[in-house]
Amino acid sequence: MRLVVDLNRCQGYAQCAFLAPDVFAMHGDEALLYNPHADDAQREHVVRAAAACPVQAILVEDMGDATAPVREGLSGGR
Amino acid sequence: MDGDGYLEWMRSEGRIVIVGASLAGLRAAETLREEGFTGSLTLIGDEPHEPYDRPPLSKQVLLGTASADRTLLPRRWAIDATWRLGVAATGLDMAAKRVRLADGDEVGYDRLLIATGVHARPWPHETEADLDGVFVLRTRDDAARLQRRLTSARRVLVIGAGFTGSEIASACRERGLPVTVVERAAAPLVGALGGVVGQVAAELQREHGVDLRCGLMVTGLEGDSAGRLRCAHLSDGTTVEADVALVSLGATRNTAWLAGSGLGAGPRGIACDAGCRAFDVRGIVTDDVFVAGDVARSPHALFGYQFLSLEHWGNAVAQAEVAAHNMISSSSERRPHLWVPAFWSSQFGVSIKSVGVPSLGEEILIAQGALAERRFTGVYGYQGRVIAAVTFDQTKWLEFYQRLIEGAAPFPPAFPMVDHRAEGLRPVPADFPDPSLPTHGPSVTLSGYSPTDRRVAFTPGRA
Repeated sequence: MRLVVDLNRCQGYAQCAFLAPDVFAMHGDEALLYNPHADDAQREHVVRAAAACPVQAILVEDMGDATAPVREGLSGGR
Repeated sequence: MDGDGYLEWMRSEGRIVIVGASLAGLRAAETLREEGFTGSLTLIGDEPHEPYDRPPLSKQVLLGTASADRTLLPRRWAIDATWRLGVAATGLDMAAKRVRLADGDEVGYDRLLIATGVHARPWPHETEADLDGVFVLRTRDDAARLQRRLTSARRVLVIGAGFTGSEIASACRERGLPVTVVERAAAPLVGALGGVVGQVAAELQREHGVDLRCGLMVTGLEGDSAGRLRCAHLSDGTTVEADVALVSLGATRNTAWLAGSGLGAGPRGIACDAGCRAFDVRGIVTDDVFVAGDVARSPHALFGYQFLSLEHWGNAVAQAEVAAHNMISSSSERRPHLWVPAFWSSQFGVSIKSVGVPSLGEEILIAQGALAERRFTGVYGYQGRVIAAVTFDQTKWLEFYQRLIEGAAPFPPAFPMVDHRAEGLRPVPADFPDPSLPTHGPSVTLSGYSPTDRRVAFTPGRA
């Protein structure tokens, strides 16, 4: 499962690191490191993490209906 | 065919070719489909891989927590494209509207998007660059090779302490490898963030055990009899023994393939207007050639209409979306690319982020936090207005400063900030190198005493 985080948008709330700790991890206080190719077994966790991200910075491929808000969030860019 | 009729035809049956199959190329392709383009779409990429994300290559991949061949970018939209991967574009015929490929093929277009990005500037001395153990890091193949080599490295030499070099040094230290960083400026990150912040970056590196040597250049790389890197010679006459050298001397724009095309393309990128349309060498804007991403150089209204060339992830996405939209829109519906520059880096456990154009800054004010705590917000001023901001582990404040930049707010800002310290009461010079002075001119040394045996040793400058 491919994913990417818009790290311009990310503010280090770390919600993803709690919800999908095998995929997202904080590196220091605010820096986020993630696995851009998460195991499919992690899908449920990753989708939950993407939905919970306060700044909607996580884009996951093939999220079905859930992609819509994420896509909107990303295309604003900054 | 009149204008409107042509556009309608273009949108339904036209041929769009995108040269460059990385972040900007992919996001442009998706935007084209999303906005209803139903004609033929071809993506040409010199690497044999589908579009992948590069930022993890100098971080997760070197740390071994992600694999170099598994950073493929997620797709936002089905793009139904013809992919020509692993074959570089070698020429452009603007009159015939054709792109020439390395395999001899030619691809015709009605609209062309150039998103060929940059490549890592190689070590200038070819024989030395070929030594076993000398690396650059730009592509995923570079990252895979470097990552493999790090497992057996004894000492890593990083040449150039910009963001890439600093991130690599950080990853190597985290892997427990001895690292020497050689930087010709007075501190790391000076070109991007200035000397005040560069000093903090220098302290961070040293605290993490980096052998940081500033104000020096590597004058030569030396191999053993088997052609393996053995050591590097520095401009102060010292030698650093290293079996891995990482050349991180910035990037060069991929425009060589456009030589002679008549397009305004050179080593500094391809000039385009704010609507992403490329200029030709006569300074006339083209109607059918667009540019996006690292290779583009476009005027930004907020920064005195200067032509900015940004190697930023977010710029590639935003500019690709604007270019794609404009490629299939009438002139009245076109949008300007007015993205406020922003970038991030994570190194030595710190999240570094910036908005605006720090290098325009004359002065910097530490508006929040403290340099000594490695947690602060620096605000850059230019001619009495806020022009940029940088945060070290204070991301949450950055958006506020972005609004100040967008609103041309006065500098120094007049607000009482949260966590404002006494040391941040007054702006200080931001300490950027003077762009009119060469930072990498030749090194000239004299030896000998009598007029007859005076010798000049000339070490050429390296761009």
